[in-house]
Amino acid sequence: MDHVEFCSFLKRQGFDFFTGVPCSILKDIILHLSNDKEVIYIPATREDEALGIATGACLGGKKPVVLMQNSGLGNSINALTSLDLLYKFPILMIISWRGHQGKDAPEHLIMGKSMLELLKVLGITTVVLSKDESKKDILKAVEAMKNKSIPSTLILKRGVIE
Amino acid sequence: MKRYEAIEAIINSLTGNEFIISCTGMISRELYSIRDTPQHFYTLGSMGLPSSIGLGLAMSQPDKKIIVIEGDGGILMNMNTIATIGNLSPKNFIQIILDNESHESTGGQDTVSKTMRLEVVARAAGYKIAEKTASIKELNSLLKKCLNADGPSFILIKVERGGKDVPRVPIKPVEIKNRIKKLI
Repeated sequence: MDHVEFCSFLKRQGFDFFTGVPCSILKDIILHLSNDKEVIYIPATREDEALGIATGACLGGKKPVVLMQNSGLGNSINALTSLDLLYKFPILMIISWRGHQGKDAPEHLIMGKSMLELLKVLGITTVVLSKDESKKDILKAVEAMKNKSIPSTLILKRGVIE
Repeated sequence: MKRYEAIEAIINSLTGNEFIISCTGMISRELYSIRDTPQHFYTLGSMGLPSSIGLGLAMSQPDKKIIVIEGDGGILMNMNTIATIGNLSPKNFIQIILDNESHESTGGQDTVSKTMRLEVVARAAGYKIAEKTASIKELNSLLKKCLNADGPSFILIKVERGGKDVPRVPIKPVEIKNRIKKLI
């Protein structure tokens, strides 16, 4: 799946409001969304700010997606625990997986190793996007988000979305 | 002026169609005790995020006036959101900071707002209106101005320390969300 198809597929699921903080793994997706007149893309300064903006969009009737690097998950924990999990806001989080299998710059290794467990402890569904069944994986994350009415995460490794 | 009086002045200036996002701690508690409507979103946690929540709501509901009421401690925690608000410049967004130069909800520890000119930051970020006041009379005319002009607007209100002994907001978080969503 390429980034254009990825974005179109998200839009077909009803997502119409995007915000986030960039990562090199997400650069084509974010650039595409920024240029798409049919959706809103808001460049946030921090990942917890992005979650706050997405929460407001949810209140306003939009279906938001937050994009971030996994380093930003650290910045997001309080927004998740005291806002989106507490009030039950369905938000799709697309998180890039830096530090996957310990092969990355040193600052990414600890989060790269602990990210899935961190999310699991918080009760947040994680779906690691595969190359072969991308659409099925996206739907799995969307269903979890809808069923529990809380954030769910779609994890993107480098190279999975072209 | 007392914080409670400032919140009363804000509430009395409204037409009734506005949505309010208020912050964690005493501000939401005092707001709730003055008036409660489904148009209020009480942010029970996430200090610093009400302005970001208000921004998201303002961007998705451009025809509705969105008012954020936050403390100095909260906005200092997420001051970067002023840059995002200035950048997007939503016309329907009013940000009100009740500045008592302290973290009163946690025991009155000093913040650093005494030496920080937040209204100048808002002006530099591109807000259409950004003013500071310590008088109730001036606050009333500023509120009138902001409600009738295009934003984003920013009002910094210097308030005295001390507040009313009011209970916590008794509404469940999910209910706070559901009742505001029903109106939109």
